[in-house]
Amino acid sequence: MSTPSVEPVPLPAKRRLAQLAMLAFAVVITLGAYANVGLAIDGKIPSGMLTYGLSLGGFMLAAYLVLAKFAPWADPLILPLVTLINGLGLVMIYRLEEVDAFGASANQQLLYTAIGVVLFAVTLVVLRDHRALQRLTYTAGAVGLVLLVSPLLPLIGEDINGARIWIKVPGGQLQPAEFAKLALLVFFAGYLVAKRDVLALAGRRLLFIDLPRARDLGPILITWGLSLGVLILQKDLGSSLLIFGTFIAMLYIATQRTSWVLIGVLLFVGGAVLAGLIFDHVQARWEVYLNPADPELFVKTGGSEQLMQGLFAMSEGGVLGTGFGQGHPERIPLAISDFIFPAIGEELGLTGLMALLMVYALLVERGLRTSIAARDPFTKLLAGGLSFLLAWQVFIIVGGVTNLIPLTGLVTPFMSQGGSALLANWILIALLVRMSDAARRPAPQAIQDEGMTQVFQR
Amino acid sequence: MNSPLKRVALACMLMFGLLMLNVNYLQGVRAEELRSDSRNVRNFYDRYEVQRGRITAGSKVLAESVETDDNTFKYSRRYPEGKVYAPVTGFFAPESERDIERAKNDLLDGSSADLLIRRSLDLFSGTQTKGANVDLTINPKAQEAAYKALSASGKKGALVAIDPKTGAILAMVSVPTYDPNPLSKADKAGVNAAYAKLAEDEDQPLLNRAIERTYPPGSTFKVVTMAAYLENDDTLGPQSPIDAPPRLDLPNTTADLPNHGNSACGNGRVTLSYALEKSCNTPFGKIGMDLGYDAMKEQAAKFGIGGEQLEIPMPVSASSIGEQEDQAALAQASIGQRNNQMTPLQMAMVAAGVANDGVVMKPYLVNKVADAEGGEVETADPEELSTAMSEETAAKLREMMVNVVNLGTASAAQIPGVTVAGKTGTAETSGNRAPHAWFVSFAPAGPDEEPKVAVALIVESGSAGDDASGGQTAAPIARSVMEAVLGR
Repeated sequence: MSTPSVEPVPLPAKRRLAQLAMLAFAVVITLGAYANVGLAIDGKIPSGMLTYGLSLGGFMLAAYLVLAKFAPWADPLILPLVTLINGLGLVMIYRLEEVDAFGASANQQLLYTAIGVVLFAVTLVVLRDHRALQRLTYTAGAVGLVLLVSPLLPLIGEDINGARIWIKVPGGQLQPAEFAKLALLVFFAGYLVAKRDVLALAGRRLLFIDLPRARDLGPILITWGLSLGVLILQKDLGSSLLIFGTFIAMLYIATQRTSWVLIGVLLFVGGAVLAGLIFDHVQARWEVYLNPADPELFVKTGGSEQLMQGLFAMSEGGVLGTGFGQGHPERIPLAISDFIFPAIGEELGLTGLMALLMVYALLVERGLRTSIAARDPFTKLLAGGLSFLLAWQVFIIVGGVTNLIPLTGLVTPFMSQGGSALLANWILIALLVRMSDAARRPAPQAIQDEGMTQVFQR
Repeated sequence: MNSPLKRVALACMLMFGLLMLNVNYLQGVRAEELRSDSRNVRNFYDRYEVQRGRITAGSKVLAESVETDDNTFKYSRRYPEGKVYAPVTGFFAPESERDIERAKNDLLDGSSADLLIRRSLDLFSGTQTKGANVDLTINPKAQEAAYKALSASGKKGALVAIDPKTGAILAMVSVPTYDPNPLSKADKAGVNAAYAKLAEDEDQPLLNRAIERTYPPGSTFKVVTMAAYLENDDTLGPQSPIDAPPRLDLPNTTADLPNHGNSACGNGRVTLSYALEKSCNTPFGKIGMDLGYDAMKEQAAKFGIGGEQLEIPMPVSASSIGEQEDQAALAQASIGQRNNQMTPLQMAMVAAGVANDGVVMKPYLVNKVADAEGGEVETADPEELSTAMSEETAAKLREMMVNVVNLGTASAAQIPGVTVAGKTGTAETSGNRAPHAWFVSFAPAGPDEEPKVAVALIVESGSAGDDASGGQTAAPIARSVMEAVLGR
């Protein structure tokens, strides 16, 4: 038996100062953009600039302090990246509010950001060990289900813009699906960790694909049914695609079996075709996707006008963009929520969009890195799932508004105006930060060379 | 679980890669196509996004863009002088523009390559590029006098005044005309309705009669015929005799060419000057037939008639003495009838050619273009178009045209203390409408004086049938314009 080395294992750097600097950088960029809007529209720095800057800077400093205290080893990039995206979203909403775009309210979004940061802090403080979530696997599943179906319940459910995805809460509405996502992901992670061996190993080999046993198909069929239910009953294509896709990805991470992906894709395609045959609105989306410039579809209610307005906005932006406050993103219906990406594209151009996509990609990459560095399967699955969820959501909505894939409504994470999604996403980030703290925290070091008996510092 | 995680990471990067490719495709490759889509209202907004340059005539502002409180349409175009300058300025409609607004559009909106340096400087200093200002050669006093006098006639008509020495257009009026203001609002439907109404108007207010329409020039064309005659034989002078029978037999036809109202012209053999003063038809018909079509056409071409299309910068309709037919047709063309068709601008060039010792200058409207900071972008450079006749011929013609005003049909053009040269015209029209009254003139026209202004004008159906009555209608209008230019 070898003697443990007296040399301590090199510790990963905490990089707290770098994180603070990057955070300040993100806030400064946001404030610069904010000043830019004011200068372009009114020719002067907006009067609320100081309040605004102090609030945003203050929130982020608070988030940083909590993080430094309760998750000191966390990845230093995650918080600054999220701050930048959230800040740019705030500026865009402020800019749209300046020209009286329908529904835009920067103050409300700032308030939600504050609540989001509070939830981030609370999550970090309360959830000292995320593995506690593993014990709540089935509870989380039940909570997710209840949240998901809650808009369908009478009394509390509400129908807005033809989608029944809202519930009434004191002081407004909430989109429970946003929170349901998190709960379901916790459930998927916990469930798959428990069952992955049987899902991965049992089965028959047909040609070059390992087929699972029929009885193991249960979970995937249930999730599929659930997604279709959401799709059919709530007309929420986006969330349905989001949940199902993430589930397939997690199933693949857990079992490493391509057959699950194939089965999942086939099930989804089948479901989508079926839905297209049955429901007009699904078919309409498909037609719009194939030929958005069609003059007939353009003038039709629920036709391609919104998508085209987004594309027009992006074309106007070109490579360098019109500059904040100098375009007409208010021409795009719903520029504050689903279509905030083309609105950014008009004013910041291709350059801005590439940078923004890069920021999202970096964020996802940091999450996946956490997942790879994690030491236990539950953390790996949860971090991987949450990261994929983010990437998948960006892909669905950005791909939708840029006509890469059929458009399904989803918010752009951290940018779109809307409290539920912002709050849920800040909790998601808190979970990632928590797990990254755990993953990067150095393994216990031997205090001294004690031969066979070692005393660890914890 | 790390290997599937890595594959998932790869899938995520692939998704972002696809999004980035697609964004590049949209904003790089397809941008142009999407930008020009008619349903993209941004083009419409963009028109009002930059402060378009002013159009001025000296210190007078003819068109300017003023900032609005509206964030959608930042600037609005207004024309403080309204109708008076409409045929010159044109208008700036949501989807089109006209006249100077059109011809100088890229300078006015600042997009011209000539403004590249300005734009680069603005980009550097962070100021918004403004359009360049266009200064016209128009003399506001002359323009207003012309508009007032022509409108007062209550008839349709057009007038062009030129500086004979440079070709600078001092006045260009067409009546009835339109107010460019309602056509320049940022309101597609409203503008289209207003435009449609003007376009359907029987009086054609949108037509710039000075350059977009041709009329038979009538007796004013005799100046060209006389120039050809004098050029053909330099021994001839104002006092040279010529046959002037009451009727000229037109070969191979049963018809004759009479003088106006079948009147006699003197005693049948008169001086050249007298023939012009009284505007007898027969001697000029004879001259045309004797010289032949080619000589007449050549002389006309020396005045710029039928040459390459003029752009002042608006394109000018082509004038022509008509295709070669028989001698009878030539006789009629030589007195400005038949297929002889001239724009008022062309006739002003004829008068200006005589005034400028035989040299016809290229007419132009834009004096100077300067960027918003006053930096010069382009300045007019007067150009010779052609030499219509020798200096001697020009002097003889000038003498005769002075006689027309002092002794002949154009006494109404006389200005006390100023020698005025002129020629009246009466153009027969088809149908039962009264003939058009023409007048071409220039002043001061004394033997050693340098003419400052040449004018041509037409009053549609402004004549009772003879040059004298036409002269009574048209000559005073020209006089008021010349007085305005000469500061009388």
